[in-house]
Amino acid sequence: MTGITKVRSLSTVAFETLGSGGKGVFTMPVETTVVDGILLVRLAGELDHHAVESIRQDIETGLESVRHRGLVLSFRGIDFMDSSGLGLILGRYRSVKEHKGRMALCEVNTTLSKLFELSGILKILPVFESEQAAILALKEA
Amino acid sequence: MITDDGMLVPDNEMHLQFRSVSENEAFARVAVAAFVSQLDPTMEELTELKTAVSEAVTNAIIHGYENTYGEVRVSCAIWNGVVEIEIEDDGKGIEDVELARQPLWTSRPELERSGMGITIMESFVDELMIESAPGRGTRIRMRKTIASSTKPIGQA
Ligand SMILES: Nc1ncnc2c1ncn2[C@@H]1O[C@H](COP(=O)(O)OP(=O)(O)OP(=O)(O)O)[C@@H](O)[C@H]1O
Ligand SMILES: [Mg+2]
Repeated sequence: MTGITKVRSLSTVAFETLGSGGKGVFTMPVETTVVDGILLVRLAGELDHHAVESIRQDIETGLESVRHRGLVLSFRGIDFMDSSGLGLILGRYRSVKEHKGRMALCEVNTTLSKLFELSGILKILPVFESEQAAILALKEA
Repeated sequence: MITDDGMLVPDNEMHLQFRSVSENEAFARVAVAAFVSQLDPTMEELTELKTAVSEAVTNAIIHGYENTYGEVRVSCAIWNGVVEIEIEDDGKGIEDVELARQPLWTSRPELERSGMGITIMESFVDELMIESAPGRGTRIRMRKTIASSTKPIGQA
C-alpha cells in the first residue's frame, strides 16, 4: 500500500515540474454561487475531457437550484481548454435554453476567444468582460 | 541532421506509450510541451501544440477505444525547427475521413462532443494528415514550424 502512495506522489511532482503550475491537473475545482437567482460558475484549471466529466454534473445540480433561469460561466481561472470545454458549454446552452433560461460567458482570454470563434459559440452566446456585467445583463433580460 | 554513418535522422526525438485513460490526456500534452520547449517556442505556439495533442489523444481514447482498454502512442521529432508529432491508436478506426474532418461533425453527440477537435487541430498546426481504416486504428500526423528556432538542436 505504501508503495502505491509513493508512486502517486512522485507522478504528481513530475506533473508539477512539467509546467502545470501545480494547479488542478488531477482535480478540477469549480466554484458555483447564486447571485440574484443566477448561477455563477467560476471554472478553473484545465478543461479537458477528463475534467469535464465531473464538472458537468456540478453545473447541472446548480442549475436545478435556480430552475435553469440563468447561467454565467467565468473563464478567468482557466489555464487550458480544448473541444471538451466547447462541448460542456454547448451542452449547458442546450439545457438552459430548453428551460427558457439565459446564459452568458465572461472573462475570456484571447486563446479561448479563438476556440469560441472557430466553433461558432460567439454567434450564439454573449461574452462580457466581468462577472458583474454578465449577471446584470441576464438579470435585465 | 546527418549521423556519422550518413543517416538522415531528426535533430531530436521522443516516444511515449500509455494506456487509454483520460488522466493521460494531460500527461501527453504536458510531455510534448516540455519536449518542444527546447526550441524556445512562444506561449501561443506551445498552447496550440498542447491543444492539438490533447484533441488527438482524446479522440483515440473516446472514439478509437470507446473508453475501453487500449494503447495510445505519441511520438515527437524535431527536424530543423519543425516539430512533427504522431498520435496513434489501434482502435476502431474512421470510416469516412473526409466526413470526420468536417467542422461540427461528430459520431457521438450523446457524449456532448461538438465535432470541433479535428478542425481545431487543423487550425493550430501547419499540416495535418489522417491515416485511418475501420478496424485498423488511426494515425494522426501533424507538423508545425516553431518560428524562433533558427539553428538545429545539438549544434553550438
Ligand atoms: N482516433 C479516432 N478513432 C476513431 N474515430 C475517430 C478518431 N478520431 C476522430 N474520429 C471520428 O471523427 C469524428 C470527428 O472528430 P472530432 O475530434 O473533430 O470531433 P469529436 O471528437 O466528435 O468532437 P470534439 O472533438 O469536438 O469533442 C469523431 O466524432 C469520430 O467519429
Ligand atoms: Mg474530438
